[in-house]
Amino acid sequence: MEQSVEKLLRTKHLAHIWCPGCGNGTVLAATVRAIEHLGLDQDKTVIVSGIGCSSRASGYMNFDTLHTAHGRALTFATGIKLARPELTVIVLTGDGDATAIGGNHFIHAARRNIDLTTIVFNNGIYGMTGGQYSPLTPTGSYASTAPYGHIERPFDIAKLAIAAGATYVARGSAYHTKMLADVIIKGIEHTGFSVIDAVTQCPTSFGRKNKMGAPAAMLEWQRDNAVTVEAAAKLTPEQLAGKFIIGELHRSEAPEYVAEYDKVIARAQKGAKK
Amino acid sequence: MSRVVLMQGNQACAEAALAAGVRFFAGYPITPSTEVAEIFAARLPRLGGKFIQMEDEIAGMGAVCGASLAGVKALTATSGPGFSLKQELIGYAAMAEIPVVVVNVQRLGPSTGKPTAPAQGDVMQARWGTHGDRAAIALSPTSVRETYDVTVHAINFSEKFRLPVIILLDEIIGHMREKIALPDPSTLRIIERKKPAVPSGEYLAYKPDDDGVAPLAAFGDGYHYHVTGLVHDETGFPAGSASITADLITRLHTKVYNAKSEITLFDEYFMEDAETAVVAYGGTFRSAMAAVKEARAKGNKVGLIKLITIWPFADEVVARAAAKVGTMIVPELNYGQLVGEVHRAANGRAHIVSLPKVDGGVFTPQEILSVLDKEVG
Ligand SMILES: Cc1ncc(C[n+]2csc(CCOP(=O)(O)OP(=O)(O)O)c2C)c(N)n1
Repeated sequence: MEQSVEKLLRTKHLAHIWCPGCGNGTVLAATVRAIEHLGLDQDKTVIVSGIGCSSRASGYMNFDTLHTAHGRALTFATGIKLARPELTVIVLTGDGDATAIGGNHFIHAARRNIDLTTIVFNNGIYGMTGGQYSPLTPTGSYASTAPYGHIERPFDIAKLAIAAGATYVARGSAYHTKMLADVIIKGIEHTGFSVIDAVTQCPTSFGRKNKMGAPAAMLEWQRDNAVTVEAAAKLTPEQLAGKFIIGELHRSEAPEYVAEYDKVIARAQKGAKK
Repeated sequence: MSRVVLMQGNQACAEAALAAGVRFFAGYPITPSTEVAEIFAARLPRLGGKFIQMEDEIAGMGAVCGASLAGVKALTATSGPGFSLKQELIGYAAMAEIPVVVVNVQRLGPSTGKPTAPAQGDVMQARWGTHGDRAAIALSPTSVRETYDVTVHAINFSEKFRLPVIILLDEIIGHMREKIALPDPSTLRIIERKKPAVPSGEYLAYKPDDDGVAPLAAFGDGYHYHVTGLVHDETGFPAGSASITADLITRLHTKVYNAKSEITLFDEYFMEDAETAVVAYGGTFRSAMAAVKEARAKGNKVGLIKLITIWPFADEVVARAAAKVGTMIVPELNYGQLVGEVHRAANGRAHIVSLPKVDGGVFTPQEILSVLDKEVG
């Protein structure tokens, strides 16, 4: 790996915990490349994660890093950002972490449009605990807690984020690693709540149970089923069934929470002087 | 300059926290604690601080932990149901050694219970509410004025020992209005967390000094350290050997217990010649004092121990008293919680009488006096 990227990693701690073929390392690499590209100040960048395989990524990154509790990363990140707005705060989370136990925090962080970048390592399963279904597990697939096939409908993380008020939403995948890094860059650059849905593979807990083949085959599945935003615009809903759309899905402008709170401070202080 | 004001306990708590340097509040409204949040919402921005009403109490607890790691003194306030929700992250703050203060204005439970009724039912939850082992610090004031001092102590202890400190207010103290003289904030003794004295490459966020507590850098100060709720070594990174595990969990206790005499706040009244003692805390104390004074007026040698520090429990204070009195009476607005600790500390040296009250009301002095009369007579 390039030297400039290497210094952003804690190489000493890099015999990572992830299984062979896991996509988490690819998403981590895209994240670090994005940070390197942006030239973020290492002293002023904070990485916050929840609990899960993916959330262990924070420990491998050479910044102030905070590995919190299951589902709660965004609450800690909100406290950090609000207390010290000059920091760039990036949140790493799993699909279960972000949208099951942490779902309430996810929609409220989006609603506040607080300037955080959230990267969801979306493997459609609970990896850490050994393959139970998550809110992103596709209907009909198998999980250790859905031995007869999953009957629930999955969230679309992007639609959820947009509906809740996120002002930058994009999707990438472990296969499309360059474009994943590109949308992470844009998400970090964006002022407001940004969500990157990073589709990634869990060969051990999802792939095996769902007969997806070797990790390489799971990456090929991503290649074959991803449709760019531009291409999707020309397809019918029927043609898009079973596919996932990658690229920049949403961008809007809205007041950002910390900046708005600064106005509260100004109003309160003006009032106090009277 | 000290100021004479009329205020309620919740307000005294907020005033003290602001005077002690708290500049961040995150929480979720719940009776009878809501005034604390409302005061912070109004006052913090004037001081350049931050207030945020989060989506639930868990979020409030997470946000104060984050703010504290960013170097800002932070506090959250709640009551029963919200205190239950905060428990997991109280444990996180204990494990990750994050200084924060949690105010719990107790109301009658379980569950929604009786939202406006006073109670002291969360005494054991303050100690054992989160899973796993660690020493807890919990303080319970007995008056509005004392709430001010106790809040300053709580913030100081959290900073000094790097842990979550719990203030157990109750609906009586939280909502009672009293005329009090607020101290001049410049006279307060304020303790700040230790900062690292080494360059960033040498900093170990979990390597304790002799007092069992490591210095704490703020996020953004260039130290690039890691914080986790997993068992970790002195670098802060996950590590699982038996000795590292035992050392960490042991230190989460000893850093508090080694400083127990400093942390134990209490008072004794009429104890010199006492043959019977009342042990009281929080909103129950005042009724106990009235009862003890009446008993004295009748010529009965009754004393009173006021426990401000609930956790760690004042074993030594109780044991010393138990050695000289025949009977100890423990009135509590619960079915009998702290009385178990009194039993344990007395260790058979005195006869212990539990006086529980769970009807949602406060003790009248007469209720305590009648038990005193019976035990003395
Ligand atoms: C409060 C709580 N409940 C449950 C767990 C157990 N747990 C740990 S990780 C996890 C799910 C992880 O799935 P996901 O967030 O999708 O991340 P992944 O491991 O797949 O990266 C669960 C249920 C926990 N640690 N804490």
